[in-house]
Amino acid sequence: MLSAILALSALALAFGLILGFAAVYFKVEGDPLVEQIDSLLPQTQCGQCTFPGCKPYATAIAAGEADINQCPPGGEATIQALADLLGVEPKELNPENGEESVKAVAIINEETCIGCTRCIQACPVDAILGAAKQMHTVIGPECTGCKLCIEPCPVVDCITMVPIEADISEWNWPFPTGDVALAKLAQNSEPVTEPAKQSA
Amino acid sequence: MIENLIQRLLSTHKFPGGVHPPQHKAESISVGSVKTEIPARLILPLHQHIGEPAEPIVAVGDKVLKGQRIAKANGYVSAAIHAPTSGTVSDISDYPIPHPSGLNAPCIVIETDGEDKWGERLAVQDWKKLDASALRNIIRDAGIVGLGGAGFPSFIKLNPGASKQIDTLILNGVECEPYITCDDFIMRERSGEIMLGITIMRHALNAKECIITVEENKPEAFQAMTMMAKETSGVKVMSVPTIYPHGSEKQLVQAVTGKEVPANGLTTQIGIVCHNVATAAAVYRAVYQGEPLISRYVTVTGSGVKQAKNIRALMGTPMSELIKQCDGEPASLSRVIMGGPMMGYAMQTDQVPVIKTTNCIIACTAEDVVSEPAVMPCIRCGACAEVCPVSLLPQQLYWHAKSRDHDKAQEFNLFDCIECGCCSYVCPSKIPLVQYYRHAKGEIWADEREKALADIARGRHEFRQTRIEREAAEKAERHRKKKEALAASKKKAAAITATDGKTAAENSGNKNTAIDDAIAKAKAKRLQQGHAHEKAAPENTAGKNKTETSDS
Repeated sequence: MLSAILALSALALAFGLILGFAAVYFKVEGDPLVEQIDSLLPQTQCGQCTFPGCKPYATAIAAGEADINQCPPGGEATIQALADLLGVEPKELNPENGEESVKAVAIINEETCIGCTRCIQACPVDAILGAAKQMHTVIGPECTGCKLCIEPCPVVDCITMVPIEADISEWNWPFPTGDVALAKLAQNSEPVTEPAKQSA
Repeated sequence: MIENLIQRLLSTHKFPGGVHPPQHKAESISVGSVKTEIPARLILPLHQHIGEPAEPIVAVGDKVLKGQRIAKANGYVSAAIHAPTSGTVSDISDYPIPHPSGLNAPCIVIETDGEDKWGERLAVQDWKKLDASALRNIIRDAGIVGLGGAGFPSFIKLNPGASKQIDTLILNGVECEPYITCDDFIMRERSGEIMLGITIMRHALNAKECIITVEENKPEAFQAMTMMAKETSGVKVMSVPTIYPHGSEKQLVQAVTGKEVPANGLTTQIGIVCHNVATAAAVYRAVYQGEPLISRYVTVTGSGVKQAKNIRALMGTPMSELIKQCDGEPASLSRVIMGGPMMGYAMQTDQVPVIKTTNCIIACTAEDVVSEPAVMPCIRCGACAEVCPVSLLPQQLYWHAKSRDHDKAQEFNLFDCIECGCCSYVCPSKIPLVQYYRHAKGEIWADEREKALADIARGRHEFRQTRIEREAAEKAERHRKKKEALAASKKKAAAITATDGKTAAENSGNKNTAIDDAIAKAKAKRLQQGHAHEKAAPENTAGKNKTETSDS
């Protein structure tokens, strides 16, 4: 009886110590789920999800305070990825947050820019270059297309969103629709010209 | 002949799978190759190879001479472009180019003057004195890329790295795709040039032996190459069985040497380098004659031309010109295909130019392009797996690619697929399998690009957040310091006042009386006006209290 109690106590103590050490030495900084969710978001930092950036939205999703369908730039693909990660059913994009649109970059009309720096302050990724009373310009490859610079701009039609045109280097084969004319040509058992030459 | 037979019986190497599509090569071998007529206009795309597009170094209106460099290589994996004949640069802008997308891309347009006047040429006769690096530079400056179809810059494939020993150089004269005969003709007509090109390549690679591979259906080419190879030691000509896709680099290596190229790897890892026979001839011309890559053999065939033949065409020649030179009527065609029927693709217009990778043009009439029977469901027959030369499971890949499950598709080695089209060819349900794989690959690459961009954006955003926080902290720090400084100076002032207490008290007393007077005056005025009788009283007390506190 006593030996049993002692043995169990010793075990409890030993495991308690192991767990205690593990809690201290293997402590995970931050919430890995937030990081995982954040890595799936498009990082436009546009705030259309009603949170001030992608990381806060990720934190809110992890805490169960936000739904997974509030990211218009990510669209259907992001919703699907989030649903897969969190093990929930994917749903339609919430129309209150906006619509999925083609990727675009902001272009500043350098003729009309007055150099007020307001767009520079609004840009979440520091993609606008300029100084007070100097012309501003957008660093195209860094622009996430969040549109946050448009609203603070005091000049009408100075900043416009220009859709990114299809580039030959980024072009992809379309998803098949059933046209297999090339395979047909190869399979065509009828010789293309005179049969006499074919046998040669 | 008997020797060849024994060689074949002894050789046990073969790659798995493969198909035997109808050859259709007879049409274009009945006449010898012809030199092209110089067209009025040449359109030279800046992107004719794998890698970065070239960068123009001429301006609109410039006069250019034949062989003059008009665009320079942009970065390491890129190739220069040269003027194929003399003329004037008339435009540098977007034109249709041979690309499956059908999109336009930047091109340099030359209006030819018909004089075909050469510019400066630097021929190197005693190239044996040059080291490998100098030879590679000549080949790079000549804009030579793999002429078999992929268009990878050749000088890179001649640079295996100092640590890698190259044992074998394999010359690819297999040409396994139906219809195409341009390599057949270059071997028949320029076997000497190919042989000298091989010598240069072997010198650059320091390769011990060289194997020239020719498919069995090209006896004349085999004969010509054997005649030439007799005089050179270490060069062997090998006849390989006619089976598609024997000309694919990795399959050829496997069939010839029995060694398999590792997945996602290069042939250099197993001490082998593969080059096309036409590339060898181009290397000879670049070194011996100082002639950059400005023309190539192109097979023009298909039912849309009366006399199919091989044309030594200038780069940039519109395809319609070549079809006309073969007595074809471009307007009557329903489709123009570049490349063979297995891996080629349709052009959006017959105005697209011949580029460095154009080995074949198939002019199709309406009767060739028969409407397809509808795609039927997969019946799991497994025919695709039997013919796959890479031993993949095309059926499984198809399910995953169709459901866009890219992770699963990659688990089934999607990126080992060489897109040869054997699986689509044998599929009894006519499923366009390769198109699914191509699409899936493109999607995965696009996802990777987007992920990289998102990572950059995240980094920039986080940096901005920390910067803003740092600035705020610095501002708070400045405020605190200022406050401290102010408090210190106040303390000092208080200390001074304490020493001279009396004057200070008098001063404040005077000040307070003045304030009291002002309040009293205001009160009287308000009372006079008969307004806010009750309100004035608490104000008065408040004022008094204030005075008291300040007094104390």
